[in-house]
Amino acid sequence: MSDEIIRRDPRAEWIARNRLHPQHAAMVEQGLAEVRGPSGLIRRNPHAVGFIGPNGIKRIDRLNADTQAGSGARRKATKTAELPLHRVETPDYYIAVVPDFVGGRLTSHDRDVLGQAHQLIREIGGAGAVLAIIFGESREESFDRAGVDRLMHLTGENYAGYAPEACVAALEQVEQLLSPRFWLFPDSVSGGFEIGCRLAARLDERIITQAWQVDLQTTFCRGAGGTSDISRPTERILLMVQECADPIDETRHEVLAIEAVQPKVLKSTLEDLGQVAVDPNSVALGEAEFILSAGNGVHDWDNFHHAATVLGATEAGSRVVVDDGHMPRFRQVGASGTWVTARVYLAVGISGAVQHLQGIAQCDKVVAINTDIGCDMVKRAALSVIDDSDEVLCELIKLVQEFRQREVTDAA
Amino acid sequence: MPPSVAAGLRITALVSVGKHPSSGRARRADQDARAVEMGLELSPQGLEVVHAGDAQEAILRDYAGMGLNSVKVIQQPVEADVVPALSEYLSADLPDIVLTGVRSESGESSGMMAYLLGEKLGLPVVTRVAEICSISGGRAEVLQALPRGQRRALRVALPFIASVDTAATPARQSAYGPAMRAQLEAENRGIEIVDAVRVNWTESPARKRPKRLKVVKAKSAADRFRAATAKATGEGGSVMRNETAAEKAQAIFNLLVEEGVLR
Repeated sequence: MSDEIIRRDPRAEWIARNRLHPQHAAMVEQGLAEVRGPSGLIRRNPHAVGFIGPNGIKRIDRLNADTQAGSGARRKATKTAELPLHRVETPDYYIAVVPDFVGGRLTSHDRDVLGQAHQLIREIGGAGAVLAIIFGESREESFDRAGVDRLMHLTGENYAGYAPEACVAALEQVEQLLSPRFWLFPDSVSGGFEIGCRLAARLDERIITQAWQVDLQTTFCRGAGGTSDISRPTERILLMVQECADPIDETRHEVLAIEAVQPKVLKSTLEDLGQVAVDPNSVALGEAEFILSAGNGVHDWDNFHHAATVLGATEAGSRVVVDDGHMPRFRQVGASGTWVTARVYLAVGISGAVQHLQGIAQCDKVVAINTDIGCDMVKRAALSVIDDSDEVLCELIKLVQEFRQREVTDAA
Repeated sequence: MPPSVAAGLRITALVSVGKHPSSGRARRADQDARAVEMGLELSPQGLEVVHAGDAQEAILRDYAGMGLNSVKVIQQPVEADVVPALSEYLSADLPDIVLTGVRSESGESSGMMAYLLGEKLGLPVVTRVAEICSISGGRAEVLQALPRGQRRALRVALPFIASVDTAATPARQSAYGPAMRAQLEAENRGIEIVDAVRVNWTESPARKRPKRLKVVKAKSAADRFRAATAKATGEGGSVMRNETAAEKAQAIFNLLVEEGVLR
C-alpha cells in the first residue's frame, strides 16, 4: 500500500520567485513553464503549468501562480503504510496451525487456515496466540503478515524428506507441552491431510475433515466425497478446506520463536527412497510444476525441445505457436487453453497477451526471455531477460548439463 | 505387468459402497475398486475382499464381478463405527497387506480408516499408493502418488496398510455372470459399536460455496480506480538487459536452482 504524496518545496519556490538568487537559473530550468525566447519575449509553455494533485488530476494554483515555477524541485515522497502490530504478551492459550509449507513457503491455503485460527481466537476471546509449527527449511519472509504470533521451526535430518512419523512425534510432544485449544491443518494432498489424520489417530481424538465453516459450537464440513454437507459439533482437530476463512491482511504479528521440541528419535517404518523421475511431458499441463513455454519468438524448435528435455520441464505454448502447428492443441496455455498452476513458468518469446496472462495467473515465479522490454510479460515476470531466446536457451542448456555432470561426479 | 512377488502373499482389500459424484447412485467406490485391482494383480489367489456393513448390498456384486469367488461381509448396522469390528477381524488372522481407498464416497468420508486401523493393529500406514513395485525379503517397494503427477519411492516392511490413490491402475470391468455366481459370506462377529458423534449431526446435499470476492481496500478514489484498471503485474521484477547471454542464463539458472525445480 504505497501511496504517492506530493510534497512542495517552499525553499525551491522561494528561489524561483527571487530572480536575484544565485541558484535561480538552475531552479527555473527544471520548471520550464516560462522561458525567455530568442527575441526577448517571454514564452509560456501551457503544458508545464500546474502540478499533478494528490488524486492524480492536474491542478493549477492560481492564487500564487509564481510559485509554480519551482514545481520541478518538488520532491516526491512515498508513504509505506506500516500495518499495526498485534501483540500477545503472555498467551492464555494457543491455537496450533501446521501449514503445508510447500517448497518452504506458506501457500494461500496455509494463509486461509491461519486466518481461521485468528477467527477462532476472536470468538473465544482472551489472549490467544496462533502457533505455527513448520518442518524443514524455510524460505518464507512474511510470517508476520500471515498472522503467525508464535513460530516453532523444526529442522534437522529427522524431518528431511518424507518423515510423517517424526512430524507426528514432534506434534504429540507439542500437545503435551502446550496443549493447544485447537489443532488446525490444511486439508490438502501436499501433507496436511496425512499429518492431521496421523496425529488424530495417535491422540485417539475425533477429527473433522473438509471443514469449511467453523465456529466454537458447530462446524459445517463436506461428507460423502464432497456431495453432502454435514453440520456437527466442533471438534478439537480440524482439517480445513481452501478458502475456509479470509487470510490476515490488516495486521502484523510478532513471530516470536518458540523453542523446538525434541521428540525421541524412533526408527521410521517408512524408508524414503526419494522422488522417482517422471516423464515431465506425461504430467498434465494443469498440474505441472515447471513449465517451459514457447511463443512467437522461438525460431529454433529443435533447440527448444532439447532445452525442455535437459531442464526436465513440461512443454507448453501460446496460442500463436499452437495455431502455427508447432505444438498440439492440448499444450496451449491461456484463456482458451489450460490454466496452469506451475511454480516456475519460463516464458520464451511470449509477449503476454491478456488471455495468456490469465492462464498463468496462478503461477508463482514467472521468468521471461524476450527481445521487447516493454511487453506485458516482462511486467508480470519476476525475472526478465532481454535477449534473443535461442542464444539464452543454448547457454542455459550448457549450465544445466554442467550442473548435472557435477551432481553425478559428486555422487560417485 | 505382474511385479516380482513372493508366492503365497496374503492381501485383504477393504471395500465400501461408493456414490456416483453426479448422479448420486450407488456404485463400486473408485479407489476401493482400484485397491481390489491392485490386489488381483499382486496375488489373485491370496486376495480376500472384505466389506463391513449390510450383506444384502447389491453393489458388492460389482466388486465380485472383477473375478472374485467370494466377498466377505462383516455384518454392521448403518450407524455403527466399523473400525473396532474390522480391527478385531484383521487381528485374528493378520494378512501381509491391507488395502483401502484414501477416502470413502459415502458417509463421513473423513479418510481416517487406514490410520485408525494402523494405530489399532500397530502397522505402518502408507498413504496414496500408486503402485506396489516389488515385494522381496519381507519388504515392499511402493510408489506413492504426490501432487503434480510426481511419484515417490518408499520401502516398508510387511505387514502394512496401504491406501490406494486414484493414480493407481484403473479397475477392470465387472462381469455380470461371475458377479452373480460369487458368494457373499456374511458373518456376525457380535461387535456393534454405535458411533455416538454421528447420532447428533445433520446431513444435507452439498451447497455450492460462494466464490471469494476480490475486496479492494483502497483509501482514495484514485487507488480504487487504479485497482480496477491495473493489469496484472508482478511487484518489482528484475530486468536484465545489457549483460552477456551467459550472465543472463546464469541468473535464470540460479532462480531455477533456488526454486528447486531442477532435479
